Amino acid sequence: MSTSFTLDGNDVPFTPGETVLEAARNAGHYIPHLCWHPEFSPHGSCRLCTVKVNGRPGAACTLKAEPGQLVESDTEELNGHRKTLLQMLFVEGNHFCPSCEKSGNCLLQATAYQMHMEGPHFEEFYPDRPVDASHPHILLDFNRCILCGLCVRASAEVDGKSIFAIAGNSLGAHLVVNSESGKLGDTDMALADRAASICPVGVILPKRRGFVIPIGERRYDVATVDQNGQQELP
Amino acid sequence: MNSLKPLYPTHQPRKLKVATVSLAGCFGCHMSFLDIDERLLELIEHIEFDRSPLTDIKQIGHCDLGLIEGGLCNSENVVVLKEFRAHCKTLVAVGACAINGGLPAQRNHLDLAQMLHDVYQSRPGMTVGSVIPNDPELPLPLNKVHPIHEVVHVDYFLPGCPPSADAFWQFLTDLMAGRTPHLGHGLMHYD
Repeated sequence: MSTSFTLDGNDVPFTPGETVLEAARNAGHYIPHLCWHPEFSPHGSCRLCTVKVNGRPGAACTLKAEPGQLVESDTEELNGHRKTLLQMLFVEGNHFCPSCEKSGNCLLQATAYQMHMEGPHFEEFYPDRPVDASHPHILLDFNRCILCGLCVRASAEVDGKSIFAIAGNSLGAHLVVNSESGKLGDTDMALADRAASICPVGVILPKRRGFVIPIGERRYDVATVDQNGQQELP
Repeated sequence: MNSLKPLYPTHQPRKLKVATVSLAGCFGCHMSFLDIDERLLELIEHIEFDRSPLTDIKQIGHCDLGLIEGGLCNSENVVVLKEFRAHCKTLVAVGACAINGGLPAQRNHLDLAQMLHDVYQSRPGMTVGSVIPNDPELPLPLNKVHPIHEVVHVDYFLPGCPPSADAFWQFLTDLMAGRTPHLGHGLMHYD
């Protein structure tokens, strides 16, 4: 049975059980998101996908689609909120894009371009979390982590290794590695693991593979993040 | 015979006064600005430079526009930034350094005294007896590098490391035409 809701005036069909974000994406509509990934259950931490359903705000990644819903997403108000959320994420970490290997292929950066984020607006936190270079093939730069939890989910659900977790609370929340020493080198993480390639920002990086794609040919040089919407995510 | 004189004296539109400066910058934003190439000749019809690394003017006068490259890494940067804010109607943070501290802010997790010691006193190849420069002529470094918006109000941010020449051109032509500057895809980048 085919049912539908309205997204910014467009009719969006859905299968019962789908979330607003899934249905919108399947119909070719872009709703900004960072922590959502088609292979995994929703996380609900980034809040970028917040839409208004029948006038009430909610995360499109967790809200179930219902027939006849009036969903607003691409509005000045909601995009303004999204820009503020992006600015919060940027000042919370050390997002020095000019030297980051993920620049041009980074979902956070591309989404910030999409939402016209010119500046940080807030005071910088400048976190000081040492990199973990203990693994022979994988580098971790924790100061870029946006706590999307995708590596946590990928490692637990796909790789069956549960190498990552988010520990601490509030501003102290941070990504940790599940080994006695807390070092990645003391885990059985492999470069072929799903968790090794899923980070949407520049935290989990393969060693000796930086800056391989020429500027102009990187993922988000070629197409904006909304045009990228239907492609396979990293 | 009466000579044909205009009833009123004619004036060219007043040129915009523009000041530029590099604080804790690398001059790369200025170079990218100059990358507008022959468009500079068109630009100079509409603006005149006040204090800038490109002019010999030592003290900033009243300006319409101030372009700031670089973050804040020492006390002199802060004084100059405040002078620019006081003299410019519109102040622009140009480039990653002015916007979020940039790559120089990677020193923020290091101890300042230790860094100065490592560079001026204990680095291999230093003359015996080398000390950290301590002349009052030299501005003291700040404990941490800061973006400029943490010290003064900033009207616009022009991102990039550096912003491309086309981004400069778009930004300046928008501003001169009285439009809110808008950088679309390809002109908006942080790297």
